[in-house]
Amino acid sequence: MQIIRNRISYHIPRFGFKYLCDTTFLNEEHLQIQKVALDFAKEKMLPYASDWDKNNYLPSQVLKELSEMGFATIYVKQELGGVGLDHLSASVIFEALSYGDITTTATLAVQNLCAYLLANYGTEEQRKVWIPRINSFDALVAYCLTEPNSGSDNKNMETYAKKDGKDYIINGIKCFISGGSVSDLYLIVCKTSEKDVSSILVEKDTPGLSFGKVEDKMGWHASPTTRVILENVRVPQSNLVGKEGQGFKMGMSALDGGRINISSCSLGGASLALDLAKDYLQDRKQFGQQLSNFQGLQFKFADMAASLVTSRLIVRQAAMKLDENQIDKSLYVSMAKTYATDSCFDVANDALQLHGGYGYLREYQIERIVRDLRVHKILEGTNEIMRMIIARNLLK
Amino acid sequence: MKVLVAVKRVVDSGIKVRVKPDGIDLQGVKMTINPFCEIAVEEAVRLKEKKLIAEIVAVTIGPKQGAESLRHALALGADKAIHVTTEARIDQAVQPLDVANILAKLVERDNYNLVLMGKQSIDDDFNQTGQMLAGLLDWPQATFASNIQITDGIAQVIREIDGGLQTVKFKLPGVITCDLRLNQPRFASVPNIMKAKSKPLETIPLDKLGKLHNSIQITKTEAPAIRKGGAIVENVDVLIQKLRNEAKLF
Repeated sequence: MQIIRNRISYHIPRFGFKYLCDTTFLNEEHLQIQKVALDFAKEKMLPYASDWDKNNYLPSQVLKELSEMGFATIYVKQELGGVGLDHLSASVIFEALSYGDITTTATLAVQNLCAYLLANYGTEEQRKVWIPRINSFDALVAYCLTEPNSGSDNKNMETYAKKDGKDYIINGIKCFISGGSVSDLYLIVCKTSEKDVSSILVEKDTPGLSFGKVEDKMGWHASPTTRVILENVRVPQSNLVGKEGQGFKMGMSALDGGRINISSCSLGGASLALDLAKDYLQDRKQFGQQLSNFQGLQFKFADMAASLVTSRLIVRQAAMKLDENQIDKSLYVSMAKTYATDSCFDVANDALQLHGGYGYLREYQIERIVRDLRVHKILEGTNEIMRMIIARNLLK
Repeated sequence: MKVLVAVKRVVDSGIKVRVKPDGIDLQGVKMTINPFCEIAVEEAVRLKEKKLIAEIVAVTIGPKQGAESLRHALALGADKAIHVTTEARIDQAVQPLDVANILAKLVERDNYNLVLMGKQSIDDDFNQTGQMLAGLLDWPQATFASNIQITDGIAQVIREIDGGLQTVKFKLPGVITCDLRLNQPRFASVPNIMKAKSKPLETIPLDKLGKLHNSIQITKTEAPAIRKGGAIVENVDVLIQKLRNEAKLF
């Protein structure tokens, strides 16, 4: 494991996550799992999150431990090699782990998304090879959908896989790929005909596969993001996941779960921001009193708290609809994603303001949460697209 | 070899307790497994992984929520659990001698070779139950264990005592109570949490095994005095006068 030098010790909230940890909708098993995840997050992630961010370090050892605890294949059925829990459990887990570090939890969420696709759509061979490797963190998997010319308009993709004998030859460029250049497996979503979108596996070191530079981002520093370039990449047709033309349906079904996960990551980050703000308001004195005595700040804090609780409720409700496969699940997932990611970013941003000048310093961690949460409004479907989905469902 | 591990469900060490006239306010308060009991479970699991013991049975005494601590023990690696049920307040009415008597009954019923417990519970801090149990069973005991080795039915335990470290050796069966530095409990994995659901959990009403005598009565519960400011003294005489008359040290 790479040793991080120059570790400054960062403030860890005194009574973190306990006050607003409502247990609505959670049964005993959820609570047990939440405890394990939160204990792990506070002990093994929170003290190091700022270092990982500062050094652009993907913490493989921690991800390995998390995977071995069963957090990499949360909603993959047991008979397919996963842990066999539900999306509500996943939401609880990601919320707890994000309290420790948002970016690393997001990396784990991608593992879950890819494992879900491989388990539910892959061949038995693909499942038997990759699910155990994901469970032991022997393989980091990247999901490649977005291209320079197709983001929200993802049907407009140009990456093309042409049949050649028993192989596919794939050409194209994918961008904004989390885990690019360091992953072992790339799940490429590409066109296999004029109309058909398919998902094809490309392993690292396949000739023709190369990567752009690691993007210099505002946040999510503990996860490298690069372009993935495919130049005449040749893979056997047995690398197809699911059927030709199914790629789109697969993506949409995976994204519903992915959206719950990213919203849950926002919840965890906002929880930490709220706890840090609480400690600051009670410690800092100006004009002869604690900041927590000033009504303006009390009102701001109250709004932040209510916002967090509401976000948590809508995310958990959407997760339950997804678990029960209800007909309006995508509507609720979209509402949850846009509401929670927007609200939680505002909670973190407000927490930064409450910290005054200290909020602007890296040492106080708040600015890292703001930077990390900012992208949640954009990826896994921009919040604008979420609004399109909601309106379409309700107004058509 | 069979091991009995006794676990207690206590108020979580991180929260701020509220004191009411009749004791600590337990309403809605976060409870968790006693940290020293968790260390005892972890030690039992490690001994089983070293193939020194074959079966771990966790036991708790308390109301139905007490089963949480049992499920935690099962998720860490215990094989079976026993829940001795009672509605009495575990932080007040369930007292060391009564607990020791109940555990002694279970030991006689199931023939354990070793009992592992936490050295004390963080709510009442009695530090008596393990010692009393050994006395009732007429078994050797080693308390405040910071290291346990078992070879051929002989236990060698390093104890943390005020004077330093003491090593004792005895032939099993015996009672060992566990201290902080014995081990660092593992995180339960999700598959183990789920497997724990199907491990056997036996429920026994307390009056089938013993009785709560309430021989110790709690007369008062109060919060510690709020810390007042200190003072700088000019010389040793004033210091001694303050220690005698204000702090009432001697």
